[in-house]
Amino acid sequence: MSNTTTVTLEVLRYDPERDQEPRFQSFEVPYDEDWVVLDALNWIKDNADSSLTYRWSCHMAVCGSCGMVVNGEEKLTCKAFLRDYLGRGPIRVEPLRNFPIERDLVVDMEGFMAKLESVKPWIIREEEKPVEDGEYIQLPKQLKRFKHHTLCINCLLCYSACPQVGLNPGFIGPAALALAHRYNLDSRDQGRHERQEVTGSADGVWECTFVSACSEVCPKHVEPGGAIQEQKIANSVDWFLDHLIPGRSNAGRTKE
Amino acid sequence: MDVLQTDVVIVGAGGAGLRAAIAVAEADPALSVTLISKVYPMRSHTVAAEGGAAGVIKENDSLENHFNDTIGGSDWLADQDAVEFFVEQAPKELTRLEHWGCPWSRDPDGRVAVRPFGGMKIERTWFAADKSGFHILHTLFQTSMKYPSIKRLDEYYTTDLLLEDGRAVGVLSHEMRSGKPVVVLGKAVILCTGGAGRVFPFTTNGAIKTGDGMAMAYRAGVPLQDMEFVQYHPTGLPGTGILISEAARGEGGILVNKDGYRYLQDYGMGPADPWPRKKAMELGPRDRLSQSFWQEQQKGRTIQSKWGDVVHLDLRHLGEKKINERLPFIRDLAKSYVGVDVVTAPIPVRPVIHYTMGGIASDITAGTPLPGLFCAGETACVSINGANRLGSNSLAELLVFGKVAGEAAARLARSVPAPSEASALAQAKAHRARAEALVDGSRGTEAVATIRRDMMATMESGCGIYRTQEGLEQTCTTLRDLRRRYRDVKISDRSWVFNTDLTQALELGAMLEIAETMALSALLRTESRGAHQRLDHPQRDDAGFLTHSMAWRQGDEPPRIDYKPVTITKSQPAARVYGGAAS
Ligand SMILES: Cc1cc2nc3c(=O)[nH]c(=O)nc-3n(C[C@H](O)[C@H](O)[C@H](O)COP(=O)(O)OP(=O)(O)OC[C@H]3O[C@@H](n4cnc5c(N)ncnc54)[C@H](O)[C@@H]3O)c2cc1C
Ligand code: FES
Repeated sequence: MSNTTTVTLEVLRYDPERDQEPRFQSFEVPYDEDWVVLDALNWIKDNADSSLTYRWSCHMAVCGSCGMVVNGEEKLTCKAFLRDYLGRGPIRVEPLRNFPIERDLVVDMEGFMAKLESVKPWIIREEEKPVEDGEYIQLPKQLKRFKHHTLCINCLLCYSACPQVGLNPGFIGPAALALAHRYNLDSRDQGRHERQEVTGSADGVWECTFVSACSEVCPKHVEPGGAIQEQKIANSVDWFLDHLIPGRSNAGRTKE
Repeated sequence: MDVLQTDVVIVGAGGAGLRAAIAVAEADPALSVTLISKVYPMRSHTVAAEGGAAGVIKENDSLENHFNDTIGGSDWLADQDAVEFFVEQAPKELTRLEHWGCPWSRDPDGRVAVRPFGGMKIERTWFAADKSGFHILHTLFQTSMKYPSIKRLDEYYTTDLLLEDGRAVGVLSHEMRSGKPVVVLGKAVILCTGGAGRVFPFTTNGAIKTGDGMAMAYRAGVPLQDMEFVQYHPTGLPGTGILISEAARGEGGILVNKDGYRYLQDYGMGPADPWPRKKAMELGPRDRLSQSFWQEQQKGRTIQSKWGDVVHLDLRHLGEKKINERLPFIRDLAKSYVGVDVVTAPIPVRPVIHYTMGGIASDITAGTPLPGLFCAGETACVSINGANRLGSNSLAELLVFGKVAGEAAARLARSVPAPSEASALAQAKAHRARAEALVDGSRGTEAVATIRRDMMATMESGCGIYRTQEGLEQTCTTLRDLRRRYRDVKISDRSWVFNTDLTQALELGAMLEIAETMALSALLRTESRGAHQRLDHPQRDDAGFLTHSMAWRQGDEPPRIDYKPVTITKSQPAARVYGGAAS
């Protein structure tokens, strides 16, 4: 394919001030074997149509801004290389699914932000340790239990891919539930019970039907699907024990 | 126009802004904080930091060591009172972050692990694998959610400071999704808007690092300090400029030229021990390493690649296990963006624009010459970095001075009355007219992308690793012309909904002014110090230039530059010593 000189991008356009509904617009973009889809969008913005609207910043797959649907699949466009789409017709670029479109490729993520906050993603302790007393001891194996769940960049690819988010927009969803699990598993945290009120609610872990589309599209191997299943088990065990041992649910719980 | 009254206004929700917001909330939960950002907090560029944050914690280290390394690294241009305070506070701040849940990498006994970094005599850089900034940012962001007094305005692009009787009393922001203006008034304002690496074409800095806050302060009459000092990081991926962290060298990576030779030994950094020696060879400071690349290039000893000249960063001898444990992101980035598996092949790298040492003139109090205005993070020039920042000092800096700024703003907010709306509104309306004229398309002929490209090109050619009078004069002339052309800039997007054509035009306006302060400060500094190297003035000149440059805006004319003394307490300027002589 070294003689390829241009590629065609079909980009979804939608301006709520002007358009009744979204439409596609085609752009012919110079081809460079090192370019990612985001480079092509930037080329369009600088050379063809400066009104094209999308989010990006880091261009190194860590800020989570540039998630879109490319040829039907959720991708970080700063890591989706044009060379991987050659020979299959135009490259279709659409905003993430399951979110309202704000404009062109930009979706409204306010709902997600509220879900993130709802799981109380911070260390909860009965007593804070003074800074002067130094760090908490956390063994490498304790860190390993939750480390992969800390890697979420909030790119929202999982919300776009999740069929349950599509059916129930209230579903707290993969990234936020994985984050709750991350804190629950942290040896410094004592807030699991408090979080369970949210994660165990009707919009919490039980909404998940374990299709695992989230884990498949996740660019950072956070394994939200697994995190949700583990919480289902933990919540069931807690429920069971709470009913067996009166007074247990009120006691502060620490981890080993 | 909507007006929002709050106690403390913070612009910027990266590491510095979030730390400042939490500091206000902890100092006094009754104070309301409005935290404004042009992107959602977790998109802020702190997210990209890889290597780690410096703070003395191990028994073999001392605050004095960290102080001396930082002062030497700064080529004696850092203010020593500020550095002394900084090294004392850094370990506390890093510990606090540990308590807030930051997943720092650990030693086998469960204590926080540290790694060596360039220009540091002893290993003292705390790290979370090679995503330290990512974890710091997310930990701060998530922790910030527990304080009800912090209200965020996410995706609000801020353009101007508003003043009353010579004090900062608020800002004008634009809600991006609607384009609506909003005036946010407060008793204190903190700018945490990050650096300005985007004035150059080849940079590790994300798209948002356009120096908006520096330009806002500058337009409000605050001087920009030490703007000639811009850091090149020695190891960026060619093509994209993606950073390969200094951690790769901290863990033992070596740099070789086209003959497989560790060329740094030819530039006073030897001996070329097989093991990593602190403050030597690959663990020298960034200015020296980037300059050595340029020298090798002159000698024709760099490697020709399809992306231009590079050298090789070789990690193979570290082995797959260590690489996966300590540098997994580096492995992933190199594989994706240059097709190299670092376990089996060396990585092509070259110097890349990375960090703005200069910024809004500030000091140990996080205050600025404008009453009511504070700043912290990369946008501020305290200065603990002087002529050359040491890697891993800035993540610690944004925590230390973010907190100072928040606490100082809280104190002020409790002691002054709320500003009045009338005068702020009048200023806001005048500023807003600029955005309106752009969007209604009533004027303009010059495209944003063209002016921006020309600006970047002239910055690269005149303000690079080595500079000359002639090159700098040319750049100053070109920038002046570009500022003139910018007055006639046009955008084609006529919608108010998420108009990124508009924000890019406004960012370009900020960058042009900042670029001009960089080039002119560099032209007038006729010496070589740290990251500012003049081929025509190769020596450091303490008699003439042991001073901070201060750039004052003069309307459409180039800035006026004057100088402010460096605070020296206990370390008299001396020769910078690296390599074998340093140990
Ligand atoms: C790739 C990379 C790796 C690095 N690695 C390290 C490292 O290992 N160790 C280290 O110490 N340092 C490192 N640094 C440097 C360090 O990460 C930065 O200096 C630091 O994170 C800057 O933080 P900040 O809070 O000042 O700014 P940022 O994190 O850049 O945040 C700026 C904030 O300001 C907001 N903002 C800007 N303009 C406006 C506006 N007009 N209106 C509203 N909001 C606005 C943005 O939205 C953002 O929230 C690295 C830098 C880079 C680029
Ligand atoms: S631009 Fe940051 S993740 Fe793609």
